[in-house]
Amino acid sequence: MRWVNIKAVFGKQIKETLKNKEVLIQFMMFPLLAVIMENLIHIEGMPEHYFTNLFSAMYVGMAPLIATVAILAEEKEKGTLRVLLMANVKPGEYLTGVGIYVWSACMLGSCVFVLTGGYRGSEAFIFLGTMGIGILISMVLGAAIGAMSRNQMSATAVSVPMMLVLAFLPMLAAFNETIEKAARFVYTQQISLLVGRASEKVINMQNVGILAINVFLVFVFFLYAYRKAELD
Amino acid sequence: MKTTIELMNIRKSFSGKEVLKGIDLQIASGEIFGLLGPSGAGKTTLIRIMTGRLMPDGGQALLFGKEPGTLNGKERKQIGMMMDDFGLYERLSCLDNLAVFASIYGVNKKRVEEILDGVNLWEARKRPAADLSKGMRGRLSLARAILAEPELLCLDEPTTGLDPATAAQIHELIQKEKERGATIFLTTHNMEEASKLCDHVALLNEGSIVEYGQPEEICRRYNHQHKIKIRFYSGEQKEFGCDGSEADVIADYLRQGMIETIHSTEPDLETVFMERTGRGLD
Repeated sequence: MRWVNIKAVFGKQIKETLKNKEVLIQFMMFPLLAVIMENLIHIEGMPEHYFTNLFSAMYVGMAPLIATVAILAEEKEKGTLRVLLMANVKPGEYLTGVGIYVWSACMLGSCVFVLTGGYRGSEAFIFLGTMGIGILISMVLGAAIGAMSRNQMSATAVSVPMMLVLAFLPMLAAFNETIEKAARFVYTQQISLLVGRASEKVINMQNVGILAINVFLVFVFFLYAYRKAELD
Repeated sequence: MKTTIELMNIRKSFSGKEVLKGIDLQIASGEIFGLLGPSGAGKTTLIRIMTGRLMPDGGQALLFGKEPGTLNGKERKQIGMMMDDFGLYERLSCLDNLAVFASIYGVNKKRVEEILDGVNLWEARKRPAADLSKGMRGRLSLARAILAEPELLCLDEPTTGLDPATAAQIHELIQKEKERGATIFLTTHNMEEASKLCDHVALLNEGSIVEYGQPEEICRRYNHQHKIKIRFYSGEQKEFGCDGSEADVIADYLRQGMIETIHSTEPDLETVFMERTGRGLD
């Protein structure tokens, strides 16, 4: 791994995204919604920081997944990924550069949730740590889909339904017991539960265990996709 | 003679269909080599194998005397690529497109500015690639390929779809690279381009090389007629044999100032290709 190549990909991605509204909006939409809703809507009996908890889990299921898929699929379709690889950027260096960028951008968004949720000190640390792991899982899943997709259209066809399930499952689980039972095996639901308890400064090991299994599974899926895609 | 590229019995199949059927080629350092063939002949596959992005099913490719997969980072930087789809970052400006690769190659800002000026894109340096004309995109893609002053330049259909004036600008840049000492491997289905630029050409058809040599030499080899064609100011045209039997007649025409043009009847590369394969190059 050469840092200079990772840095070049990272820098390129920043310049690209500033001019790419589709990706930029992914990073900003839910944090902005949380700011607006937390400040405008106050219903009696509603849990504290309800919108922060709701939107942060949705953010984890949506922004990193869609952003990573969009970046990879576009680079493959436009032939820019091929040019980078020809310029001796290794696939691992490319994915690391894009990964650092997406993760950092999503963590910046997560910092907005820290403010809207009123987290302080160790609460903020637990919240950001949980978000960081969730973002990583979504990102790896996005990289796998992006690597396997031939073009942007096929990438969208797979990623959008997956994103909808992942992002909305925690909310649907609150309304239906059967969905809740199934959703507990999905990482966004576990993120939602962990984030909801961040202010209690308690980490439930069952939640962490399920999250760890999710991490393992997406990495296995990514390795399969990476080999199948022949990015090398 | 120093060799930059050596291809020995290269074979490649996709889904059971043989795309390359034992390609043998040697390309000398500092020459412009043209691989000619119609779409689907296997030109891009050969470039991918040559540059180590695709493994052949059989045979061996050597770049700078080494297998492409074993080239180190420094050696890889000696290969400049220009693909037929250009592969530009549409939202980035010309300057930023080159800056990404300048940081990968370790090239300074001054060189980026020099290159942009060299390909006549200095005025457009802040324009996004998406807003450039096809010719400008081609020049930007070529600028990126020559940014690190590579020893080998692989150009995949560099002028396809460009107007003659822009194609001429690209040809001029290619010639400059040759003068700098670069070896140039270009694929094309434009006969005129190949005849004008290349020191050697190979005609590729259905995965096999059907002809190889200097463009004029190949055309001479297929000159079965051995005639010259004369066009008179009157508009009349006549063909004469080259055996000398009609030399006095031609000399008379010349003395009388009747001749407008004289051409030999050797075929062009396209005609040779058609004769060898029974099909055209487009």
